[in-house]
Amino acid sequence: MRPNKRFMIPYRARFDKALNPFMSLSPADVEKVARLARLAMTDQELRAARDQLNNIFGLIAEMQAVDTAGIEPMSHAQDVAQRLREDKVTETNQREAFQAIAPQVENGLYLVPQVIE
Amino acid sequence: MLNASIKQLSAALRAKEISSVELTQSYLDRIVRLNPQLNAYITLNPEVSLAQARAADARLAAGMADPLTGIPVAQKDIFCAKGWLTTCGSKMLHNFVSPYDAHVITQFNNAGAVNLGKTNMDEFAMGSSNETSHYGTVKNPWDRARVPGGSSGGTAAAVAARLCAAATGTDTGGSIRQPAALCGISGLKPTYGVVSRYGMIAFASSLDQAGPMGRSAEDLALLLNTMAGFDERDSTSLQREKEDYARDLNKSLTGLRIGLPKEFFAEGLSGDVAKAVEAAIAEYKKLGAVIVDISLPNTKLSIPVYYVLAPAEASSNLSRFDGVRYGYRAPEYSDLADMYEKSRAQGFGAEVKRRIMIGTYVLSHGYYDAYYLQAQKIRRLIAQDFTAAYKQCDVIMGPTSPSTAFKLGEKGDDPVQMYLSDIYTIAVNLAGLPGMSIPCGFGANDMPVGLQIIGNYFDEARMLNVAHQYQLATDWHSRAPQL
Repeated sequence: MRPNKRFMIPYRARFDKALNPFMSLSPADVEKVARLARLAMTDQELRAARDQLNNIFGLIAEMQAVDTAGIEPMSHAQDVAQRLREDKVTETNQREAFQAIAPQVENGLYLVPQVIE
Repeated sequence: MLNASIKQLSAALRAKEISSVELTQSYLDRIVRLNPQLNAYITLNPEVSLAQARAADARLAAGMADPLTGIPVAQKDIFCAKGWLTTCGSKMLHNFVSPYDAHVITQFNNAGAVNLGKTNMDEFAMGSSNETSHYGTVKNPWDRARVPGGSSGGTAAAVAARLCAAATGTDTGGSIRQPAALCGISGLKPTYGVVSRYGMIAFASSLDQAGPMGRSAEDLALLLNTMAGFDERDSTSLQREKEDYARDLNKSLTGLRIGLPKEFFAEGLSGDVAKAVEAAIAEYKKLGAVIVDISLPNTKLSIPVYYVLAPAEASSNLSRFDGVRYGYRAPEYSDLADMYEKSRAQGFGAEVKRRIMIGTYVLSHGYYDAYYLQAQKIRRLIAQDFTAAYKQCDVIMGPTSPSTAFKLGEKGDDPVQMYLSDIYTIAVNLAGLPGMSIPCGFGANDMPVGLQIIGNYFDEARMLNVAHQYQLATDWHSRAPQL
């Protein structure tokens, strides 16, 4: 049970972008992702995010070389069918309890900035 | 009392040697004294805890007690508990007093257990060191300059420091097992679907699973008896016969086949951890087990697969935090989109934002097949490795974590280094198998080492048997840090 050299994982190599040309996000990519994720970011934050994401995608790139032809994707640990239930109301109305913890409510409605002029 | 097992405490409560109120109060006093050093708890609610203790005493007096009636149990702050602040370690939920109970909380309440408080954790369970919590880092009770592990780091520290009788955790990529290892306690992640996810704040829904953390395998069996069970409100909760997880604790291990995956003893494993794990394996041989060399060839792919799938699911799950219905809303904004973007930017910490960004990218148009679908295919290959291995062995053993607890701040700026420390635990979540960690000695700097035991699907009772027999033969699990 001594460390087995045959199974050495060259971790460092995987983070070197030069060895992993597969993935490198551009500043525009990162900005687009931040917008899709609804996260406000300063230019400085975007630059930092880009470097870190590129490192992480360097780690992920190793996956691309694996031959997965004919393999069924596994979305869940237990391959069971979705349970169905009768179409009837099971939850009670708890509007007041739920709205008591909302940032802004009025007359039983959640308030957000005006969307339509 | 502090070192008593749940079974002993339960007997003492029934014999009226101590009341639940006295027991609860003694833990609360100890928390007030020691928590400032450890930061294991985010929220205490002594009046509520003591009211539960009084109700438990009445139930004990009426002779209607469950094994957990009157036992003070801490809850990871990921479980919604009605009337309790439930933060999930995030500024985003700094003001979220839950209007309902998670299924796990209901199960403990029905058993008459006392909710002692909510334990600290990595923000939204994303982290391996408890350093991403908005409520401050948890300190390892064995050395306060070191991390307790994560994400259930507050729970692990609380159990190790005797700030509760036992506690709950959740495990998406190792978040029960790794902190259990680093703090020298026992922790079990059940088979996916055994414990309901209802009211457990979602991180990566196809991997998240709650489980017990405590001082011994025997305690874990009693806790799991309470936590497990079908719940129709969780669409992936499994409909199975009720089990007594303590039923096999005393079986002999003669002839038990233990599989040792060569990939778990390869480069990257610290020498001190290897030594302690090897000594544990030798102990198992003395107990009558036989060793089988096995291979899990896709182990190293589990990290890239996990860091595609978990962030993808997280980016979807965390889209609900928008500053509209609950949680944090930015104080100033110009319009609706600006309100969303600022509330999320200010409410989430750096690691959570990083994972939302990864997830958003891998699910975005043009990349879905290359990342998400490819990761799901390799996930099946990883699960098939285990299926093949279990044709040759009954349980799989190895280290829980490649090293003992590292220093606070040591891996803070390098997310990739932090991710790599999950190498031995992640594949178990991807496959949906049960896994546990028990203390098996001490490594460098006298920090605890964890032995990982991985079972086949629904084999929790056997794993607990395997762990309990080791704990009868050794005393690593009863060692406590000096505080």
